Amino acid sequence: MKTLADLKKIREKAQQEMKLRSSNTRIKIVIGMGTSGIATGAREVMKTIMDEVASRQLSDVIVTQTGEKGLSSMEPVVDIIEEGKPTITYGNMTAEKARKMMAEHVVNGKLVNDYVVAQN
Amino acid sequence: MYKQIFNKYSPEKENLIYILHEIQDNHPQQYISEDAVTEVSEYINVPRAHIYGVLTFYTMFSTKPRGKNIIRLCESPPCFLKGSENILKKLRETLDLGLNKTTKDGMFTLELCACLGVCGNAPVMMINEDVYGNLTEDKIDTIINKIKGEAK
Amino acid sequence: MKFYRSHILIGIDNTSLEAGVKEIEAALRTELDKNNLSDEINILETGSFGYFGTGVSMMVYPEQTTYVDVKVEDIPEIVEEHFLKGRKVSRLILNTNLLKKYNFNYKRRIVLDNSGKIDPENIEEYIGLGGYEAWEKALINLKPEEIVNEVKASGLRGRGGAGFPTGLKWSFTAPIKAEQKLVVINADEGEPGTFKDRLIMEGDPHKLLEGLMIACYAVGATKAYIYIRGEYKLCIERLEKAIAQAKEYGILGENIFNSGFDLDIMIKIGAGAYICGEETALIESMEGNRGEPRSKPPFPGVKGAWELPTVVNNVETIANVPAIIKNGAAWFTEHGVEGCTGTKVYTMMGDVNLPGLCEVDMGTPLRTIIDQYSGGMKDDRKFKGALVGGAAGVFLSDKLLDVKMDYNSLEEYAAVLGSGAILVMNDDVDMVEMLWSVIRFFRHEACGKCSPCTKGNEVLYTLVSKFRNGEGCEEDLDQMIEISQAMLDASFCPLGQSLIMPVKSAIENFREDFLMKIK
Repeated sequence: MKTLADLKKIREKAQQEMKLRSSNTRIKIVIGMGTSGIATGAREVMKTIMDEVASRQLSDVIVTQTGEKGLSSMEPVVDIIEEGKPTITYGNMTAEKARKMMAEHVVNGKLVNDYVVAQN
Repeated sequence: MYKQIFNKYSPEKENLIYILHEIQDNHPQQYISEDAVTEVSEYINVPRAHIYGVLTFYTMFSTKPRGKNIIRLCESPPCFLKGSENILKKLRETLDLGLNKTTKDGMFTLELCACLGVCGNAPVMMINEDVYGNLTEDKIDTIINKIKGEAK
Repeated sequence: MKFYRSHILIGIDNTSLEAGVKEIEAALRTELDKNNLSDEINILETGSFGYFGTGVSMMVYPEQTTYVDVKVEDIPEIVEEHFLKGRKVSRLILNTNLLKKYNFNYKRRIVLDNSGKIDPENIEEYIGLGGYEAWEKALINLKPEEIVNEVKASGLRGRGGAGFPTGLKWSFTAPIKAEQKLVVINADEGEPGTFKDRLIMEGDPHKLLEGLMIACYAVGATKAYIYIRGEYKLCIERLEKAIAQAKEYGILGENIFNSGFDLDIMIKIGAGAYICGEETALIESMEGNRGEPRSKPPFPGVKGAWELPTVVNNVETIANVPAIIKNGAAWFTEHGVEGCTGTKVYTMMGDVNLPGLCEVDMGTPLRTIIDQYSGGMKDDRKFKGALVGGAAGVFLSDKLLDVKMDYNSLEEYAAVLGSGAILVMNDDVDMVEMLWSVIRFFRHEACGKCSPCTKGNEVLYTLVSKFRNGEGCEEDLDQMIEISQAMLDASFCPLGQSLIMPVKSAIENFREDFLMKIK
């Protein structure tokens, strides 16, 4: 059972965590795990990304999920979020594309232009 | 026989749809048998006729044995526009199966359904709990073969 | 002034300087000189393009082609292919077509502002973005009637299709004295082409819960239900998790925030029946019956589920409530148009480049929705028509492309906004086929309670099938409209009453398609 004061603390803590700068996270990878995403293979993409993070021992990368942003036809969709840089959205992802994205973008900081569908 | 399921729900009519879903999902042939209807009727104390009334009203329920994998292809206008008829034809050919029929090995049942709400990826179908989108005839082969392969 | 046929903008920032942008620029000048293009093509230095990790980027105007990660050795190819032959070097292009043609519109979003950003299974992310602040404000600082009045002032109207004012609906139930009142969320989203509620529930379940909590407090209900269609497995799963988390955090349960207010939220599921989207049929289904509609009055607000006063609201409607309470009605009315405030979530399908979803201000014309928020027409095909509002919607012709999309404006053209489903069709689409598909849907979903609907759908199906088989005649068209009109007059519930909309609009707006099928 939480009080209002507890809720306030949780809010502040969550806000801190969402700012990447304050944590040790360099890159946040967000995978769209709505029905459209899952229907087009997002689970496979997520598994691949998790495997890559583990096998490359990327300790400054966190992987998380979200719902749909509206690009049903581009699913599975993956966002790469870095502090102070625009969010890059990759679309129509597959396990193979995810591996390439991990190697080129997440590890070497180089966009895989062919798969980019939006940047905000 | 359904004690485990009944234990989860109080014996009230408002839980009927939940109970029927669970009985059906746990039956290897994904249907609700006469015996089940009798037991549910006794448990929540409503007439069997009421339960049959409910069973036959909702399209997700079946009173006949079905296959291990229920294919439900959307036939609503958005999927229709994107070629669901061709997908249906392909499914019938691949499985050598008529509508609402089950393959001899009990692996697949082919059904049509109304909009599944995944229209951005039309045409769409569900196999049991999983949704498959952006369907093409080639994809049907891959999906069916994969399920067959997993069964072996 | 000198006239250049093209301008090349080169991005200068730390990344590009490191990648040798100066050297590349020099190489470009040399190459242009060599091909006698220096007089036609201008090179300009500019700041960062905002892309990152892409080395040297350059943008060519007027065509707005962006080349990224350009190396010295790429220069001859760019000059020869792009500037001499007019062919873009695809391997270097940043995929900007989509960026230009698609707008997420996150800044104006109200109900889907978090979807696609936060982890829906983590309550703390929702809280971190200001979630449950409105609930706190409502419960601690506001009286129930103040909330009802705020929602009334916001002008929020039901997003399920009918567009009934939400605050007004609440004001019928709020003053009723009863031992138990209920709020029910209608999440039986079955209108073909509609999946907005699914996205809200999957992408931001706590927003629905927060709105529902506020609604309950406003009308004095201590029990609430969310009725979700059985096919929406992921929604059920995520909402169950969200409810459990809210209870764990003391946001939901007994004596919430020591206010003395208790609330419990439960989930009910359907089993595949379109008619259960009608509120009284939904209530029947919740009670464990066949989902057949009840006669009104009494309206559910007075006598609903288990004969208790029951407010039934759509998912999208309720998802607007937290923002209204948090920011005030005046803020809300800055969105949309007079008489139809706020935003509307549209689900876009069919022959557009980017099917999916968009949330835009009420009153945004269809042309804008297609061009800016759905990537335009697929393969640049011609727009023929759109089925707006789902199967129980209207076939719009291109004449209405620039009409404001809101309840009032569309009504003037005998059209409806409905659930916000928009099925776009190009000039290849045969409207006979589409109407056949719509009628087939209704024929299957007619619940069997009343004969005007059951029988009417059967006859309509026979008639439209005649055209499909090339056996129709002009009298059949008149008869179809007549039958739909009779169904409107005589059917028990909105299901049978809806047929007039697709049937009449298809026949009147696309008569040619039917006449072509006459033998």
